[in-house]
Order: sequence, then structure tokens, then C-alpha cells
Amino acid sequence: MATASPIVSLNNVSKSYKRDSNVIPVLKNISFEIPEGEFLGLMGPSGSGKTTLLNLIAGIDRPSAGSLTVCGREVSALSETELARWRSNTVGFVFQFYNLLPVLTAFENVELPLLLTKLSKKERREHVELSLKVVGLEDRMHHYPKQLSGGQEQRVAIARAIVTDPSLIVADEPTGDLDKVSAEEILRLIGRLNTEYRKTIIMVTHDPRAAERAHKVRHLDKGELS
Amino acid sequence: MHIAKLILKNMMRHKLRTSLTVIGIAIAVISFSLLQTVVTAWHAGVESSGADRLVSRHAVSFIFPLPLAYKEKISHVPGVTDVCYANWFGGVYIDKNQFFARLAVSDNYLDIYPEFVVPPDQMAAYRRERNACIIGSQLAERYHLKLGDLMQMDGDIYPGQWEFVVRGIYSPRDKTIDPSNFFFHWEYVDERMKQETPDRAGYVGWYMIKTRDIAENAAISKSVDDLFANSPAETKTETERAFQQSFLAQAGAILTAMNIISFVIIGIIMLVLGNTMIMAARERVREYAVFKTLGFSAFHLTGLIAGESLAIAALGSGIGILISFPATAGFAVMMPKGWFPIFNLEIPTLLLAAAAAISVGLAAAVFPLQRSLRTTIVDGLRQIG
Repeated sequence: MATASPIVSLNNVSKSYKRDSNVIPVLKNISFEIPEGEFLGLMGPSGSGKTTLLNLIAGIDRPSAGSLTVCGREVSALSETELARWRSNTVGFVFQFYNLLPVLTAFENVELPLLLTKLSKKERREHVELSLKVVGLEDRMHHYPKQLSGGQEQRVAIARAIVTDPSLIVADEPTGDLDKVSAEEILRLIGRLNTEYRKTIIMVTHDPRAAERAHKVRHLDKGELS
Repeated sequence: MHIAKLILKNMMRHKLRTSLTVIGIAIAVISFSLLQTVVTAWHAGVESSGADRLVSRHAVSFIFPLPLAYKEKISHVPGVTDVCYANWFGGVYIDKNQFFARLAVSDNYLDIYPEFVVPPDQMAAYRRERNACIIGSQLAERYHLKLGDLMQMDGDIYPGQWEFVVRGIYSPRDKTIDPSNFFFHWEYVDERMKQETPDRAGYVGWYMIKTRDIAENAAISKSVDDLFANSPAETKTETERAFQQSFLAQAGAILTAMNIISFVIIGIIMLVLGNTMIMAARERVREYAVFKTLGFSAFHLTGLIAGESLAIAALGSGIGILISFPATAGFAVMMPKGWFPIFNLEIPTLLLAAAAAISVGLAAAVFPLQRSLRTTIVDGLRQIG
């Protein structure tokens, strides 16, 4: 079987934060590649730099040193505006606390990323309905987040992540705020996105059962990959 | 869904807070409009003054009269096309608290003041009768007077009982003209003065001089004053506007204070709206980070935050402007009659109020906008709450 081309490529990526006069290194010279279609689990203790690494790959933070290429673009070279446009086209985000807008219905939350596209209202509706159907919430599209369970909210968040049909989906502790049954549903759904829809998934998790779903698991400790 | 819908939904997130802010802005706009209307009403006389009219009065004070004989001399000054005169009559009609201007005027007075529109037949009837008077339409309405009615007044400056017959009712040419004046024949007073206090006869309060060209006003003023220099009754001649402004100068401090207060109100409401927007932005730091994560740019966030602030300001000012109309009318009714004969909510006042509210909306968005744009996505997503 031929090896898939890398969708993510990190070369000596480092990240440090400055707090007052102190420089705190978070990631140290990380180099690795993620092939297209991969389902990668990132594990490690708190403060090991998992979320920071995920943020760099997703283009919501910038490396202090090194180069980072995602979906063929050198992410660190993009301006803020280019990066924002790139993120909206390329990356889908799933957060631990769902981050849905409470004033919008499930439909409207999922539609949000499509407002940045040139799609017509009808086309947006079709995309949103399809996404909600994929996550099994087509009958809850007019419910507000507070009318949904935690698992359902996360499914809406996943529908929002896939509605623009991105190549890469990053998930930061997607089951961290869910009970066991809901967590299992979400993991199954994320697995389906990888197998059925060929999405590349990078998932940060503490949960060994969640990590079992990934094809490959990388461990971070004190900013270094093991 | 559209961004505008999102702005609306954000506005309605805290209904009570938004409602109180909108009510606050509305009250501020009403207060601003009322104060500015009072200031405008004070200035109404100045605004309606004619550029081609000069006023010549006693150089020492307005209260000292000038000899009637000056009329002929003034009329011969080059550039003068007409001269009329008037006396302040004073007096009390029905109630001393109900004020309106009562002027004993020369026969050609209303020729120089075309802004007081009198039907020709009424003017002819007025000219035929010595104790006839012409009253403003507002005065006729206020006292239910009609042509032929008698008006009895108690004189104070000119003591005694005075009786007038209403022979004309003038209409103001436009909203800036006082519709509550009372004009009657100067000769009516003068004849009685000749009989009762002869030393007061043959004097007028001031002269109104109509000029051929406003560019000559300064020269004409000087020529008139030079005519009577070193006489027992020297004159001070100035434009009608300057004459009116000299009255306003006495209330200048009050008007300045009212102007300042009206803008202070706008400043206060800016703080209220600013506080509302800062609270909203602080609560939504995480949401704004999500927006940025999804690809929304600084331009979009500016639209969301400034749009919400502007929408609240526009709603508040809209309600305020709508209520300003009945509020101004109510204020006019509650004031003692005659205080402000012209008390209209002017379009410039409304535009100023709306512009101030919109400016407040924009200014109130600056700080929360700056904060949300400066917060990085990573810091925003870390925000709890």
C-alpha cells in the first residue's frame, strides 16, 4: 500500500509564551508528519503542550520557531486575514465545551461558518441539513443549545465543524465534558467522519478509551514528542 | 440567517439590560431635544430678524425714548428706504402672568415687517380706526378673539384703562415668526399723552430703518448716529440681529448652561451604553474567539459589536425622537403663556439628537471592540464563563 502524502508537516516547531519577563517554553523542536486520512490521537499530561500543538496545526496560534505546513500551505507565513480565510476553508473545530452560540438554534450554529461563503440561502440550507443529518440531529435543528443534552450539543458542534467540508478536523478533548454513553456516541461519530468521509482527524484527549479509536497515538511530555 | 439577525439576537440576549439602556437613551434624547428647543426658542427673535433692517435706539438705554422728529432726519440718510417706529406699551390683559408683546407702532410698521401677514381688507379696516389693533393668530386662539372684539387693558407704562378693537389678525409667514404680537396705532397713545402727560408726547421707543443694501448697513448706522451726536438723545444704531442679540446676552449664561447640560446628558448616556457594551463584550470573549476560529475577520467582529451598539443607540434615539414631539407640545402647554411664542421642535434639533445618539453608539463600541480584537483566539477560548 502506498503511503499517503502528509497533510500536516511540522519541522522543528517550537512554541514559547512570555509571561512578564519570563519565557516559558511549551513545545520544543517538534518534527513529525500526519498523512492524509489519518486519525491521530494526541495524549499527554496536563501542561504537556497538546492543545498548543493542536492550536498551531489548526492555525489559531503561531509557532515561535520552525515551519508548519498544513494542507499544502505554510501556515506561519499567512497574514491574520489569510489565516482566517484558510481556517474557514480547511479546518473544522470541535471543542471540549462545544462553544455553540446560545442565542442561535442548532441550524443557525451550523450555518455560521457558511455565512463567510458565497453560497445562496438555499445552498446553505442544504449543507446545514446534510450536516445535521450526518450527526443524527435533523429533527433538532430548531432547538437552542440549552434545549439539547451535552452529547447533542457536541454533535451540533461536529456538524458545524464539517459543514464547510474541511480536509482536517481538530478536536480538543471532545468527550471531556460528556458522560460515558454520550462520549461513546461522539467517538463513534468522529470515527465515521474518518472512515466514511475520509477526514483527517487530530484529537487531543486524556481518555485512553478515546485514544483507542485513533489509528495512531502520539504522546507529548514537557513539550517533547515521544 | 444574516449578520443583522445575529446582531438582533445578541441585543435580545439580556432583554432587561437592553431595555433599560434603550429607555436611558430615549430619555436622554428627549431631554436633549427639550433643552435644545428652549435654546432655539430663545434665539427665535434673532433668527427671524431681517438683514436689511436696522434698529436705532437711545444710546444710553433702550428704556429712554427718542424724539419723533428724528424720523424725518433718518429718512434722508442715503441708503435708507423706509423708517418706522414703535413704543413698548406694556400693560396687563386679563392676567399679568400671561405675557405677549404689545407695541404701539407707526402706520408703516407692518410694511417693513412683511413676515406678519395681514389680509388687505383687515389692514384697511385697521388703518381707518384710531383704537384698532392687529393681533397674532396665536393670541386670537389663546383668548378666543375674533374681528370686532374689544380688548381692554390696564396700562402700566402708560397708565389708565385702554380699549382696543380687533381689526386684524395676522398670520406668521413661517414657523420662526412670533404669532403672538399685539400691534396698535402709536397715535392712539400719543394723543392721550398730549392730554394727560404732555411731556411724554412726541416720543418713540425706537426706530426701525429699512436699508437699500445690507452692504451699506454699517455706513448707514454711522450716518444716523452722527446725525444725533452730542444731542440730548444720542442714538445707537445697529442691525436688528445685533439688537435682538443684546437682549439674549442678558440670559447668555443660562443659555450656555443649558447648552452644556444638553451635551452632558449625551455624555452620560454614552457612559451607560458604553458600560452595556463592555459588559456584553466581556461576557462574549469566548464567543468572539469562536467566531475568529471559524474564520470571521476583524471586519466581521467590528460589524457585530459596532452594529449592536449602533442598533441600541438607533432604537433609543428613534423612540426618544418620537416621544420628543408630544413631550415638547406638553412642555409648551405647561409653560406660562407667552414665555416662548415660538416653541417648535426643529428638524436641526432632531438631526442633532439623532447624530449625537449615533455618535454615542459608535463611541460606545470602541473599547469593547478594541478589547475583543486584541484578545487572541487562544486567550479567548481559555476564558471561562
